[in-house]
Amino acid sequence: MNTITQPDSNLARVLRAGRFAVTVEVGPPVGPLTDPIYRQIAVLRGYADAYNVTDNQAATVHMASLPVCIMLKQAGMEPVLQMTCRDRNRLALQADLIGAVGHGIVNVLALSGDHVSGGDHPHVKPVYDLDSVNLVRMLRMMREGVFENGQPIPKRAPDFFVGAVENPFAPPYDFRPLRVAKKVAAGAQFLQTQLIFNVPRFREFMARVVDLGLHEQVAILAGVGPVRSLRAAEFMREQVAGMDVPDWVVQRMQGLSKEAQAQAGIELCVEIAQQVREIEGVRGLHIMAVGWPSAVPPIVEALRLYPRPIAEPLEWVSLGALSLEAMGEM
Amino acid sequence: MSNPKSKIQNLKSHFLVFSWELTSWLLRHTGGLFERVGAERASRWLHPFELALKRPLFDCQECGQCVLHYTGMVCPMNCPKQLRNGPCGGVRANGHCEVYPERDCVWVRALAGLERTPYTAEKARLNPPVDWRLRGMASWVTYATGADRITTGNESAVRYAEIGEP
Repeated sequence: MNTITQPDSNLARVLRAGRFAVTVEVGPPVGPLTDPIYRQIAVLRGYADAYNVTDNQAATVHMASLPVCIMLKQAGMEPVLQMTCRDRNRLALQADLIGAVGHGIVNVLALSGDHVSGGDHPHVKPVYDLDSVNLVRMLRMMREGVFENGQPIPKRAPDFFVGAVENPFAPPYDFRPLRVAKKVAAGAQFLQTQLIFNVPRFREFMARVVDLGLHEQVAILAGVGPVRSLRAAEFMREQVAGMDVPDWVVQRMQGLSKEAQAQAGIELCVEIAQQVREIEGVRGLHIMAVGWPSAVPPIVEALRLYPRPIAEPLEWVSLGALSLEAMGEM
Repeated sequence: MSNPKSKIQNLKSHFLVFSWELTSWLLRHTGGLFERVGAERASRWLHPFELALKRPLFDCQECGQCVLHYTGMVCPMNCPKQLRNGPCGGVRANGHCEVYPERDCVWVRALAGLERTPYTAEKARLNPPVDWRLRGMASWVTYATGADRITTGNESAVRYAEIGEP
């Protein structure tokens, strides 16, 4: 007998219980081999409340987010399905979302997505049928039981835990908190930020968010991550859109051996994380260790956030019982 | 505010705001007429004139559901991601676009432009997604008939209006 899960998010439960949440980013592989996913699973299991699976990150072709989310789910880890507006129109987005919920994946993170011009397929048509604010709104509509066209969703509204993102480090800085307000109004329940290196700027952003009372309406997870090397730090400073890497970060790496650079990267991440978790309105951390999963456990341990709180077991509803119920309706 | 460039910008904004107030007043009184003529036909007649004005002024992309007065008289469809609800996270430190490093971000210009109009509160407005059926139609007609404000079926149109109020 097949079973499906009652949509219920571990991440939502941790946040609801007032615990400091931790999410970690998982990167799908470029090729069809699934070994890299299982390697990440082995390293990261138990170190987060939920695991973000990226959607064609940096506009570069990867295995899709949804199948990797399903693999994580099968491994007993809770995924956060990242969905960008770049590659899919409303039909395709909803099809994937319904597929996700059918597999018990309820955490969804809505993003605009990096533009194709910076990726490995600069010649393709970027879609952007929705913007990220309207993707958040579509998720809320679905939670309320209707598709984007206003038609009812048969049988059951998917109980998504709706996530949004914000980059406090991109101009116009005074508009960023208002954009959070828009996403909250559209239906965002949790919010993950861009990687933080410029803590004073983030503090200003959060002060405004708290002024607007948004921190009570949306659970904000501050984005942090280790830099592996001097070259990576310089690359992020020069090449990555929307990143604010101050000079002191690069200077910390200079003149160190390769191993020492990696160690300094982890220490730096822990320092920044310790600073941001003290800021009012921060309800958790989102750790992005791109291509470096083994850096995550030492960071989470150093922050004394390990082990993660044990969430209540998921409720299981048999599909048989559900379809009987459905037949009764007909 | 006293330098000549911002003076010109202010004059331009005043002119555009006046034009919009006048146009929208006219359109609010012609909805019935367009419906009698047929929105399709009215649009076919008016679209070339609208485009002749809006292409040179705003680089109009003919979405058929104009939101210029909500976006500081800067067309959001010129954003490479066609975002209608504010700038993406890729804006460069100098306020330039992620995709075109030599150009200002459309939304940086839009939000600055909005400050020069009486509609500053609209920056908190949730703009609905584009209805691609209206593309290529005269937004004068879709505005007059209200077709540009029907979002998707049931109650969501109402909800937008609610959220739009700051």
